[in-house]
Amino acid sequence: MSVHPTSPHFKANAHKAMGDAQLQKALGNLRQGFPARRAAAMAQLPEFDALRDSARDIKNHTLAHLDLYLEAYVAKVEEAGGHVHFCRDAAEANRTVIELCKKLGAKTVTKGKSMISEEMGLNDALSAAGVTPVETDLGEYIIQLRGEMPSHIIGPAIHLNKDQIEGDFRRVHTHLAKDRDLSQPVDLLTEARGVLRDKFLAADVGITGANFLIAETGTSIIVTNEGNGDLTQTLPKAHIVLASLEKLVPTLEDASQLLRVLARSATGQDMSVYTTLSTGPRRPGDVDGPGEYHVVLLDNGRSSMVGTEFEDMLRCIRCGACMNHCPVYHAVGGHAYGWVYPGPMGSVLTPNLIGVDKAGHLPNASTFCGRCESVCPVRIPLPKLMRHWREREFERHLAPATQRGGMAAWAFFAKRPTLYRLATRLGMKALALAARGRGKFAKLPLAKGWTDYRDMPAPQGETFQQQWKKARGSSRMS
Amino acid sequence: MTTARDEILANIRRSLGVTGREAPRRTIVAERLAGHPRGLIPQRGQLDGAARVALFKAQALGVLASVAEVADPADAPQEVARYLREANLPATIRIGADPRLAAMPWDRTALAVSHGPSDGRDLNGVSHAYAGVAETGTLIMTSGADNPTTINFLPDNHIVVIAAKDVARDYESIWENLRAKFGAGTMPRTVNMITGPSRSGDIEQTMLLGAHGPRNLHIVIVGEA
Repeated sequence: MSVHPTSPHFKANAHKAMGDAQLQKALGNLRQGFPARRAAAMAQLPEFDALRDSARDIKNHTLAHLDLYLEAYVAKVEEAGGHVHFCRDAAEANRTVIELCKKLGAKTVTKGKSMISEEMGLNDALSAAGVTPVETDLGEYIIQLRGEMPSHIIGPAIHLNKDQIEGDFRRVHTHLAKDRDLSQPVDLLTEARGVLRDKFLAADVGITGANFLIAETGTSIIVTNEGNGDLTQTLPKAHIVLASLEKLVPTLEDASQLLRVLARSATGQDMSVYTTLSTGPRRPGDVDGPGEYHVVLLDNGRSSMVGTEFEDMLRCIRCGACMNHCPVYHAVGGHAYGWVYPGPMGSVLTPNLIGVDKAGHLPNASTFCGRCESVCPVRIPLPKLMRHWREREFERHLAPATQRGGMAAWAFFAKRPTLYRLATRLGMKALALAARGRGKFAKLPLAKGWTDYRDMPAPQGETFQQQWKKARGSSRMS
Repeated sequence: MTTARDEILANIRRSLGVTGREAPRRTIVAERLAGHPRGLIPQRGQLDGAARVALFKAQALGVLASVAEVADPADAPQEVARYLREANLPATIRIGADPRLAAMPWDRTALAVSHGPSDGRDLNGVSHAYAGVAETGTLIMTSGADNPTTINFLPDNHIVVIAAKDVARDYESIWENLRAKFGAGTMPRTVNMITGPSRSGDIEQTMLLGAHGPRNLHIVIVGEA
C-alpha cells in the first residue's frame, strides 16, 4: 500500500472507475444502503437537526480554544499514566510509532481502523522497520490483503463484491481446507474472525485511531461495530492511539452530543455497537488491559488551517455521510480521488494536506448540488470550501489555459451588459441555425467532454434574459 | 531546541492570533471543563421507573440483544443456566470478581464457574454492568478485576447482569455518576458502552453478527427500578 497520491490523474481514474463493472455493482449497494438508513435514523429522533447545531458549536468552540484544551488534555493523560507524543508531520509520527515498537520489542502489531494511519502511510513504514502490521477491521483486513487503500472512510472495502473477497481469502489463507465453502458473506466473516483471533492474542502492540479525545479526563474514544478495536487495545503490552489535533472536545458531555450524530449520520445506527473510552494504561489491581498507553498526536498541516477559511473542515467527525450522498462519489467510488480521503470531505481536506497543485481536480469534481452540506452532522459548508480551492487554484495559475481563457472571455462580456445581451442573442441564433433540422449537436468545438458521451441540445427560442423580461412584463400586467 | 509540542502550540496560537495567556480565554476553558454543561438531551430517554426500564429493554432488543427479567439477584444464575441450555451451549461460564455476582447462588445450578479475565478459551462470559442507558439500550461496563474487559470481548456469548435501578435516562447521567464515584476528571481505565452484539457490514453492506466480539449478547435485568 502506498500513500503516493494519484489525485493528479483524477480524470483518468474516474474514467476507469465508470467502466469497472465490479465497482459499479458495489457502488449500487452503497447508493441503496447508507442514505436510506440515515434517513430512517433521523426520522426516529426529532432533535436530530438541533443536535447538529450543537455538534457544530462544540467543535467551533474547541477550535477557538484549541491550544488551551490541548494543554489540559495532555495534563490529564499524563496524570493517568499515559504519554502524549506531538508530531509535526507523518514522517515524525511514523518514527515515533516505530521507536515505541522497537522499545517494546514488538514483532507484530494489530491495528484498529484509523484514517490517520492511512494518512501517515504507517503500514509501509512499520513493514520497512521489520514490524508486521495486521489490520483487524474486516474491511481494512481485506484491503490490506489486496494492497489497496480504503475506498471509503467508514467502509474501506465497500468497492468490493464477495466473490472478489473469496478469491483473496483463498489466495492468502492457504493453511485452510481447499474445498471449504465460502459462498456466503457469513462464511467469509467467520473465516476472518478465526484467522484474526490468533493475531489478536499474539500481538505485542495494539494501534487504534480515535474518534474523540476528551480534555476533561485525558480520554480517547473509539467507535466500532466489530469489537476489533477493543481486542486490539486490550490484549497487547501497549496501546498506541493515533489521533489528529482536531479530534479534541472539552468534556464527556460534549463527546456525547457528537456521538448522538456520528453513528446516525454514518451507518444509520442510533449508537455503534462498541463505544470505548480509554484513559491511561492498566491500573493497580487490573487483571487485563495494556501496560502502556501512548497517544501519537498528529498535526500534519492542521495547526495552519485554524483561523483560515478552511477551519470549518476541522469540525469533520469522519462519518462519511457526505460521500454516501454524493453523486460524484456514487459514480466513481473512492479510489478515483487518488488519496486517503475521498468524496466531498476529501475534496476539501486533500488539497490542504498534499497541496492544491496535486489535488486541484478534486474540488472541481463536484456538481455543487449541495447534498453533502445538507447531510453533514457538523454543518461543514463543503461546496463553499471547494469553491475556495477553485479560487486559489485560479489565483495560482494552476487551472488549464483553456479554462482560464474561457473565464477571461466570459468576464469581458459579463462586465459589459449590452454587449453580453447582444452576444448571447447572436450566439443562440447561430447555434440554432447550425443545428437546424436536428435540434442537437453530436459534435461541438471545445465541448468534446460533453459530446463524446451525449448530444448537446441546441438552443431554441430566446435567451433566458429575454424570457425573463417577458415573464416579468406579463406578470405585472395581470 | 523547540519540541514538536511547542512548535505546534505556537503555530495554533499564531493562527488564532492569541498568546495563550489571555485571562478571559483561560477562564472560558476552565469553566467549561469544571462545569461540563449538558447539551441538548433527546426527550426519548427522559422516563422514570418501569417506563425507563421498558425503553431500555425495547432498545436493546432493537439492536438484536436478547433480554430477560428476573425479580431477585438470587434468580439470575437460573436465568443464565436456562439461556445456555436453550441455546444448546455448554454449561460453563467465566466470571470476574464482582461481589454482586459472587453473592449469587451459582451452586443451585449445574453451571461450571471459573473466575478471572478471559484468555480467549471461554465460550461464555458473565459480567455485571456498571449501568445502562435507556435512550439507546446501551450497557455501561467499567474495567477492573471485578469485571475484566476481556470478558466483554473474547467469549462467543456475553451475558450481562444489570440492576434495573442502574438503568439511567441518558449518557450524561452516567458521567455524573462516574464523577461522583471516581472524582471529577478521573475515569476508570476503560469504559465500554455496548449496544448489541458484535457485527460488521463490511461485505457488500450486509449486516452480519459476530464479527470479532461476542456473537450473542444476553441481558439479564434484575429487580425493579
